[in-house]
Amino acid sequence: MSVTPPNRDAGHWAKPIRKIKVTDVPAGAVNLNVDGQAVVSPLQGFGTLWQKTYQVRLPGVTLSAAEVMRIWRENFPRLQPAGNHFFPPAAGIEPGRVIFIDTTLPVFPGLPGLIPIAAGVVVIYEDDECFTVMTPAGFPECGWNTFSVQVEEGVPVAQVQSLARAADPIYEFGLYVMGGAQKQEGTWQAVLTALAAHFGVAGQVQMHRTCLDPRLQWAEAGNVWHNAALRTILYVLATPLRRLFPPRLKSGPRQP
Amino acid sequence: MNTPNVTMTVRRLGPATCVIDIQGEVSAAAENALMDAYTQAVSAGARDILLNFSQLEYMNSSGIGLLVTLLIRANRHAPRLRLLAMGLSEHYRQIFELTRLNEAIGIFATEAEALAA
Repeated sequence: MSVTPPNRDAGHWAKPIRKIKVTDVPAGAVNLNVDGQAVVSPLQGFGTLWQKTYQVRLPGVTLSAAEVMRIWRENFPRLQPAGNHFFPPAAGIEPGRVIFIDTTLPVFPGLPGLIPIAAGVVVIYEDDECFTVMTPAGFPECGWNTFSVQVEEGVPVAQVQSLARAADPIYEFGLYVMGGAQKQEGTWQAVLTALAAHFGVAGQVQMHRTCLDPRLQWAEAGNVWHNAALRTILYVLATPLRRLFPPRLKSGPRQP
Repeated sequence: MNTPNVTMTVRRLGPATCVIDIQGEVSAAAENALMDAYTQAVSAGARDILLNFSQLEYMNSSGIGLLVTLLIRANRHAPRLRLLAMGLSEHYRQIFELTRLNEAIGIFATEAEALAA
């Protein structure tokens, strides 16, 4: 009897996720807008589909791609710009785990973020040289981001590549009118610049954006129901009420 | 970019169907081979393009990204063209399910099933 050999990539992929099940919440993270949500690909989003690639070369760094990636992963939260908080799982960045995010969205291009958003992304793929996260329903974008390192002509090159579209009409407006896209691009440029600085390199980040599909997918406009920014605002506004009327804990089965 | 370790062969299956046989690894390095094979199939007049994954040896997240890009390109430039898949192992079916590609690409076990769809 022949036995099919396991796929070489089998251990790198998460299992299919119908609904995200959060099992551990790192200290400081807010478990909001993630647990119970489905993951969404660029196909389920509303807005214009963009592929954006950010790269920084690390000349003089003699580490392998895997070693650079390991250091990047270990310092992932610390390399974020001010106001952007990433909370990787305690167990590390592994397929199926959630990375919680706490940040703000701008209301006008160039201004600091004002609208709070607590969300997260799921690691769907991970190997020595890269990992990919996928967004849950309600996240500003539908799609994924891949963080990778490869060595080109002896020089490590760190890269962030996103393939995503705004999740709903409100986010599309927020991204391209209120400055969300500008902030997002600034974030990844800042992360790569900080990574280069970590290795003692004055990094010049190259960014390349390609519009893969300019069409709006109106059939997905109903995604607004899951909008994490709106839900976070409601959550924040309701904080005094929750303090006045704490939710009752569900009672367990009655003991005889 | 890394050297591609993949071969893509285009063959005609029916009057309006072409098969792209994928052998090897689908990663970012496979982009040119996949797009060339797609262009070749479209130029041959295919309205259905069947991606045959039965000899797929490895696929990473960049490879899935390539498939999404191909699907978007096909939907945008040839709205009546259908992209189909066959020969996926259980492992790769699960990856299609995880990334929700299975909702946009018809998946079949055999060429005959795909032709009949």
